[in-house]
Amino acid sequence: MSSSIPLFQKFGYRFSWVGMIGLSIILFWGIMALIAPHIIPHPVGEIVDEDYFGAISSRFWLGSDYLGRDMLSRILMGARYTVGISLAAVSIACFSGIVLGMTAAVVGGWFDAALSRFLDAMNSIPGKLSGLVVVAAVGSSINVLIVTLAVIYTPGAYRFARALAVNIHAMDYITVARTRGEGILYIIGSEILPNITGPVLADLGLRFVFIVLLLSGLSFLGLGVQPPYADWGALVHENIGGLPFGAPAVIAPSLAIASLTISVNLLIDNLPQKIRDRSA
Amino acid sequence: MQNLVEIRDLKVEATTDSGRRVEIIKGVNLDIAPGEIVALIGESGSGKTTIALTLLGYARAGCRISGGNVRIAGKDMVTLSERDRAAIRGTEVAYVPQSAAAAFNPAKRIIDQVIEVTRIHRLMPAHEARQKAIGLFRALSLPNPETIGSRYPHQVSGGQLQRLSAAMALISDPKLVIFDEPTTALDVTTQIEVLRAFKSVMKKGGISGIYVSHDLAVVAQIADRIVVLRNGEVQEIGTTADILTRAQHPYTRALLAAFEPQPRGGEILVKDRKVLLEVKDLVAGYGAKHRDGLPLIRAVDEVSLSVEKGRNLGIIGESGCGKSTLARAIAGILPASSGTIIFENRELPSAVRQRSRDQLREMQIVFQYADTALNPEKSIEEILGRPLTFYHGMRGKQREARVGQLLDMVHLPNSLRHRRPQELSGGQKQRVNFARALAAEPKLIICDEITSALDTVVAAAIIDLLKELQRELLLSYIFISHDLSVVEAVCDEIVVMYGGRKVEEITPAHLQAPQHPYSKLLFSSVPKLDPGWLDALELDPELVRSYSKS
Amino acid sequence: MSAYVLNLITVRLLIAALTLLIVSFAVFFATAMLPGDTATILLGQAATPEAVAGLRNAMHLDQPAFLRFLHWLSGLMSGDLGTSYVNNVAVADLIGGRFVNTMRLAGITALFSVPLALTLGITAAMFRGSLYDRLVTILTIGVISIPEFMVATLAVLIFSVYLKWLPALSFANDVTSVWQLLKVYAMPVISLTFVVAAQMIRMTRAAVIDTINTPYVETALLKGASRPRMVLRHALPNAIGPIVNAVALSLSYLVGGVIIVETIFNYPGIAKLMVDGVATRDLPLIQSCAMIFCVGYLSLITLADIIAILANPRLR
Repeated sequence: MSSSIPLFQKFGYRFSWVGMIGLSIILFWGIMALIAPHIIPHPVGEIVDEDYFGAISSRFWLGSDYLGRDMLSRILMGARYTVGISLAAVSIACFSGIVLGMTAAVVGGWFDAALSRFLDAMNSIPGKLSGLVVVAAVGSSINVLIVTLAVIYTPGAYRFARALAVNIHAMDYITVARTRGEGILYIIGSEILPNITGPVLADLGLRFVFIVLLLSGLSFLGLGVQPPYADWGALVHENIGGLPFGAPAVIAPSLAIASLTISVNLLIDNLPQKIRDRSA
Repeated sequence: MQNLVEIRDLKVEATTDSGRRVEIIKGVNLDIAPGEIVALIGESGSGKTTIALTLLGYARAGCRISGGNVRIAGKDMVTLSERDRAAIRGTEVAYVPQSAAAAFNPAKRIIDQVIEVTRIHRLMPAHEARQKAIGLFRALSLPNPETIGSRYPHQVSGGQLQRLSAAMALISDPKLVIFDEPTTALDVTTQIEVLRAFKSVMKKGGISGIYVSHDLAVVAQIADRIVVLRNGEVQEIGTTADILTRAQHPYTRALLAAFEPQPRGGEILVKDRKVLLEVKDLVAGYGAKHRDGLPLIRAVDEVSLSVEKGRNLGIIGESGCGKSTLARAIAGILPASSGTIIFENRELPSAVRQRSRDQLREMQIVFQYADTALNPEKSIEEILGRPLTFYHGMRGKQREARVGQLLDMVHLPNSLRHRRPQELSGGQKQRVNFARALAAEPKLIICDEITSALDTVVAAAIIDLLKELQRELLLSYIFISHDLSVVEAVCDEIVVMYGGRKVEEITPAHLQAPQHPYSKLLFSSVPKLDPGWLDALELDPELVRSYSKS
Repeated sequence: MSAYVLNLITVRLLIAALTLLIVSFAVFFATAMLPGDTATILLGQAATPEAVAGLRNAMHLDQPAFLRFLHWLSGLMSGDLGTSYVNNVAVADLIGGRFVNTMRLAGITALFSVPLALTLGITAAMFRGSLYDRLVTILTIGVISIPEFMVATLAVLIFSVYLKWLPALSFANDVTSVWQLLKVYAMPVISLTFVVAAQMIRMTRAAVIDTINTPYVETALLKGASRPRMVLRHALPNAIGPIVNAVALSLSYLVGGVIIVETIFNYPGIAKLMVDGVATRDLPLIQSCAMIFCVGYLSLITLADIIAILANPRLR
């Protein structure tokens, strides 16, 4: 893509408009998640519309839900749960995945073999299935959801980080550092980490999308976030009765999820790129 | 006589990261007569391959032909439609790639790929094509010409694949064959056979050729005329004899000068000769260990050698002879299975981890590819500063000043210190790579093929730098290379390796007369800047067979 | 087939067996680590201590966890899936016919999605950068970015609510004609196909493009080969391994998709059974269903790996 933003170009980066739009939508939802309680037009729990599954109107921008509550307010508040839970889970998953992955790559030997085999096995349990099993066993609370989602996506993050680190570890500059007599911590932190941050951040974005989708799926089944709280998936779940009428209460939260996940994907595919031939 | 090829004012553009267009071929003119072989010579980035590929009407991804004509027998490859170009590719103009190993499809039998051209262009029935291919295999002196085609590419050797790719190009009796560095990836002893096969087939068929290479001596054996290229422009065109003996352009002269570096000639730095490193019966390798602690594959087999203070030892041999493994075993990267390493009169532990920081500091190793030896995420200052802090505890201003000195020692401007490796040229990167070893203040530097990835002129400058630093710092080098002229230029003693073993040790005084048959073969296989060298060269076929890996 | 290849395949099968063991361990302990006492939960707070103790004994709850795991595992191996907590019916009987239903849904989806995805993926790679390729890319990114239930609800909105072609949220149990069968399966299959095919198209396209960017495909071009010949004769034979892998991995998305789709369309399969089981916390049922899905997933992946080994020309 040839169109890029001059501001980024000044710092030696190329950033396409598509990526910029993705970033803006992500930032929008991030800010909404933070300030939702202060800007929602109606209290989330209050029945404000005499009609249920109300249509879009000047008073209710996104219609009303199956009880006659304001959808716009509920979606803005839902952003807190969808974005917040997913962000917490993805941070834990990627942090543990990266630390374990780099350590396995550098230490090697049986530690690497055993850990890889175990986490690969964990990875071969489909995500939704693990979610169902855990919810069946210990019930569903926000903390349980965060930990479960994090555990489900740690093996993937581990595998990705380990593969990157193994490639870097085969480089001559790591051999040079080893023959200099450097320790493992210096090699991991100073030689490997700076070289994998870019791809690891992209992977974090992708994993965030997976987690949003899984969380929404669980909530849609009624097994994720429980009332009185509601994330976007739960909003679709409670309003599914409006589907035969094409009620905005079903469509709007779905669109909210799609806008977030598609934006992250667009941003990852169009990340700012360093311009290499600056001096030439 | 009408020319077969006429290139007029050819221009090729490349699109860079930021979407900018850069002209990489800047108006080239070139003619080729029928039956003539013309060499395109130049360094990496000179545009020699790009020009050769335009003869097929093809530019690699990101590039496009932006102006001029490329006429082959009157047809302009630039303006033809893609369909018409495809009709000429393989039939009238054929291509022999640099790496045949990569250019053969691993999933298909060799014979099917060799005769594919006849199938695409419906030139002849398949059985006829197969007979013709077998004839070509024979003409290219391939072993078992009847059956070699039924193998898969990974089942034959590199030198054979390279000849098979020539058969693939010649099957359709093309008017013009493009050779793109076809022997660069081969060992010198294999190169001779391949060159001979190419030359005889081309001369017999009266086929025109373009021979792309960076190696003047190779080109001298096969080309009628030589075109010297630099930065997408023709510097000089002349007959092979003229270019070699009466070069006009200063750049051509620089190329010729770099080709034959000055031998070291027994310069004496240290009066009293003292042994710095002594290696005895070293065994190192890969794979599972036997019960006696020796590895399954012995890459280095009972090698002994010694290096004196202020003197240099060269290790020479072809790919797979164990020379790099030997370097790694001495440095402790791949711990030796048996044997002793004595450094400064003390025995060194075999593994890096067991050596003391001072022992590590005094023996440094420099790798071939600066691209992978320098961390791309670190600035030059950080790269050179780390060993200063690690070994000498330098920080702040003191470290900054020392980095400046090191840059100065390897003749790099101080302003480079804030750049990252990818912003430097190949030669500059290799200098930084070397400066990092100097930062440790070592007594011995092991140089593993450090000039092999560089262009000749750049490599010659690095060799000069090495010699200069040795004089100033009284260093010793172990210099590993497959290139005899480079080793001769640096070393006082030369060890020849074959199949993991030390075959012979030669001192420059006896250099002209190696005793061992393999050394003789190796030394006589190095091409010379003399057009008659290949034709006059007589190698004992028995000797060649016993040392060829195919 | 050489001994080396046979060896590789044996190793792959052993790895699959080991993985299955670890997975069953994980499934069992995730469900066995319930906070609180299972017997008390089942009988309710009002139960007498004697009743609770009796149930504990009957369920082997007084044994150490590891023994219970072995007991459970040997039961699984011999086909004893345990007894449902909720209605005291053998789990095997509950699953029985529903397993066939789910397999049928998955089978029909695979039948549609695999040829569709391979065609789109390979042609998109062949005409890389064209308008067609960009359209395919945008559509697939769109579909994999949205949750499965949204694909299904959109399908309902379009085909039932607006076009009124197909029944919406009901699933008729008595199917009498082919037309009815088509109508009944159409919606779940369409939704699942979208979910699975999008992933498969993306991975197939990437695998083919990887092999197109190799020197041997460039060699074919320089021999005068046409674009279809380059892709079909030269790139594809080398992309078989990655493509089979892509197909297997994407079909595994069926597991996630089936759970949502069966719930939305009220389809009588094991995924629906499992979701209902979660609501009633019927652990033996959940364990068995989870193991069935995991075995299915692992078989697909292992099969793909074996095909990739057999398709590797360097191992011939």
